[in-house]
Amino acid sequence: MAEAAMQLDDIPATPAIEIENVSVTFGQGQNQVRAIDRISLDVRDGEFLTLIGHSGCGKSTLLRVIADIIKPTEGRVQVLGALPEKARRARQFSMVFQQPTLLPWASVIDNVSLPFKVGGASAAGDQAMDPAEALRLVELDGFENALPAELSGGMKQRVSIARALVTRPRILLMDEPFSALDELVRDMLNIELLKIWKRSGTTVVFVTHSLQEAAFLSQRVVVMGRRPSRIAGVLDIDLPEERNQKLKDAPELGRYVAALRALLDEG
Amino acid sequence: MSIANTSDVKTSDMTVFASIGQFAGVARPVVMGLLGLFVLLALWQFLIWVLETPVYLVPAPSDVALAVRNDFALLASSSVPTITEAFLGFLLGNCIAILVAASFVYAKLIEEMFYPVAIIIKTIPIVAIAPVLKIMLGNGIEPKVVVAALICFFPTLVNAVRGFRAVDPQLVELMHVLSASKTEVFMRVRLQSALPYIFSALKISVTMCVLGAIVGEWIGANHGIGYLLIQSMYEFDTPRLFASILTASFIAITGFAIVSVLEKIVIRWDAASVT
Ligand SMILES: Nc1ncnc2c1ncn2[C@@H]1O[C@H](COP(=O)(O)OP(=O)(O)OP(=O)(O)O)[C@@H](O)[C@H]1O
Ligand SMILES: [Mg+2]
Repeated sequence: MAEAAMQLDDIPATPAIEIENVSVTFGQGQNQVRAIDRISLDVRDGEFLTLIGHSGCGKSTLLRVIADIIKPTEGRVQVLGALPEKARRARQFSMVFQQPTLLPWASVIDNVSLPFKVGGASAAGDQAMDPAEALRLVELDGFENALPAELSGGMKQRVSIARALVTRPRILLMDEPFSALDELVRDMLNIELLKIWKRSGTTVVFVTHSLQEAAFLSQRVVVMGRRPSRIAGVLDIDLPEERNQKLKDAPELGRYVAALRALLDEG
Repeated sequence: MSIANTSDVKTSDMTVFASIGQFAGVARPVVMGLLGLFVLLALWQFLIWVLETPVYLVPAPSDVALAVRNDFALLASSSVPTITEAFLGFLLGNCIAILVAASFVYAKLIEEMFYPVAIIIKTIPIVAIAPVLKIMLGNGIEPKVVVAALICFFPTLVNAVRGFRAVDPQLVELMHVLSASKTEVFMRVRLQSALPYIFSALKISVTMCVLGAIVGEWIGANHGIGYLLIQSMYEFDTPRLFASILTASFIAITGFAIVSVLEKIVIRWDAASVT
């Protein structure tokens, strides 16, 4: 199962993200840390792909390479057929961090509009979303003028998701976006995220520590091994398109979770 | 949306609690402070009365109050130049400090070269610089403004540098993903994050700049609170001397209050959540 997905031939013609033999080494000399080691992976256009792996195995590093926050030490990354830097400047992707990362001094609506206020002309694109509509998508209409400090943790993270969606990105990069939230809020945001993903047709690359969350959300889960990290396996999640709260406790999901755990332990 | 609604109710509850807490938190220190002041003044008045101290040596609070009433016009007109000098010095010193701090944050080389210079300037006693400034700048308002500016400069420089650096690295990363320019990062993230630090420096320097203006006036002036202090000393008019001191500290306290109110207006967000 794991090897099958790795075959290049069952990947559609133009992947959203192509990662080819990418390695990242931090630091110099004695303090060198090789975070990821010759990883190759294609993310299909429109797919929901999740990265899991032990803490420190390089999931965030890989995501940050895609987002052009760090340059790979070796290898090549293409985002929508161009270098990550070009994709970044063209606002092809958005990133959601584990912490909401809001401007504490700006209102909710100003935080959501931030992508239009910085970074130049690309903001005025006709495909952009009205910030108020983005807030509606994450069910925060009515909180436009609240300050972040007045919101709960879950609401703050919704604001940061609205900010990511407002540019209608082709790709959404999410680094443990729900890890800091309690389980009830996380379950609810999981379902909302799936709805948004379905409606927008965005490609999602999602990082999580939770095997259950990975299996619940994804079409494919990539399991990364221990550092220096390589891909330990890839699991296709063959669950019905319509995923709801009931599925969280269903035995099918449990089987996928078990398979993921096995892959993790091997890695 | 039930989650959002419940947390909404929770926040408004919290706000009510917070404002009660704030009220108790503000009213109590003020009342206690005034009480303490009153006790001290009463004690002072009593001791003067018991020891029969002559007025020219130490005036009783009642003598000072009388002097404030009799010399009110003089005190008020003397305050105008002092406030002007202090205010201009405050603006000058703090603006330069913030600009220099920004240049330090963006150019390591400038910081390495000029931070030591700033520290050397800081170690020179301000009373020692004042005569030099008088020779260089004359008898007008300029040397007083410069003394006031110098005294404001250093605390604001240090705090602004710290503030510009205290920005959440994740926010900088976010701005990078949004392809924001350096100027945008500075205006939208660094400057805002530094504001709590800058304001705590401004609250120090607003009282210091009054001191600076007075020191400037001592070196050579024919009006202002500093001049009045020296004049009252020569005339052994101790009640007026005390009234002048009172006026100087009233100016400083008013400046402090204005900066504190500005701080509340400018920094509306919870300062604790900035870190
Ligand atoms: N800026 C950096 N400088 C030096 N080392 C780094 C840096 N960023 C990450 N690393 C190292 O690279 C490795 C991978 O880190 P990364 O943050 O990608 O892991 P992760 O899989 O996201 O972990 P977690 O699940 O805990 O978030 C770690 O060993 C980390 O110490
Ligand atoms: Mg991580």
